[in-house]
Amino acid sequence: MKVSAIITLKKDVLDPQGKVIHQALDGMGFENISEVRQGKYFEIDVNENDPNKAKAIVEDMCKKLLANLVIENFKIIETQ
Amino acid sequence: MKSSVITFPGSNCDRDMDVALKKFGFNNKMVWHNNNELPKSDLVVLPGGFSYGDYLRCGSMASKSRIMQSVINFAKSGGLVLGICNGFQILVETGLVPGVLLRNKYLEFICKNVFVKLDNKENAYFKNLNKDVMEFHIAHNEGNFFCTKDQLKEIKDNNQIAIYYCNSEGKIEDQYNPNGSIKNIAGIFNKEKNVLGMMPHPERMIDQSLSGEDGSIFFKNLINNIK
Repeated sequence: MKVSAIITLKKDVLDPQGKVIHQALDGMGFENISEVRQGKYFEIDVNENDPNKAKAIVEDMCKKLLANLVIENFKIIETQ
Repeated sequence: MKSSVITFPGSNCDRDMDVALKKFGFNNKMVWHNNNELPKSDLVVLPGGFSYGDYLRCGSMASKSRIMQSVINFAKSGGLVLGICNGFQILVETGLVPGVLLRNKYLEFICKNVFVKLDNKENAYFKNLNKDVMEFHIAHNEGNFFCTKDQLKEIKDNNQIAIYYCNSEGKIEDQYNPNGSIKNIAGIFNKEKNVLGMMPHPERMIDQSLSGEDGSIFFKNLINNIK
């Protein structure tokens, strides 16, 4: 079963890369942006058929390695 | 005095550290990250570099490598663990020292000499040093120290700030902050002060003709403190 996770920076953490992307987009004429934040996306194929169990495994991965909870939040976004 | 330098895939300051430690009297061993056991050591050093290509987050993969469980146990039993640059990033990922190291504020790789102010000499690393300001080298892309407000309060309350970026006179101001670190923090201790993580490289300042002498002063003092 495929489980996806999105890792985003917490609100009060500075995201200089997002800022530069914002500026570049602005320069290209996309002027209706108030903020850009960059994050990470993972697609993990887990050998588990029970969606809840598969999600729980990926949640554990997020807590232990994929995200650093001091600065990042994670969200399990879909299962297939 | 025995020391161990851990080599991870992508470490590149491990041999510099080996040279520095031996120069000042340590009997140093290089330890591969995939080993389970740490040799008997008075000091363990996590060197600089780009362990695991800085994938995911700098230091994150190395912090889970096999040898690290032994390093964590060694630190928790009071052993001295020094993390330099990428080694500092690995230390924060293990949770041995608080906070994280983010991308430098202005997105530049910074490679230059800096001055740092020692904040706390009640520890094995800086005890008996007759200098308050030292000149070291930095070379990093992710050295922007960040922590939550609660963590910062705890760090301050426990005197865990080891060094601050400053000028040659020891003035700690925003203009001397190379990477955007909170409060100009360049290095942090754990609560017990046996674990030190810092971005500057003392091992690059051990030869007057090449760089400077403040690294020599640091290592000479360190081995005397451990003896």
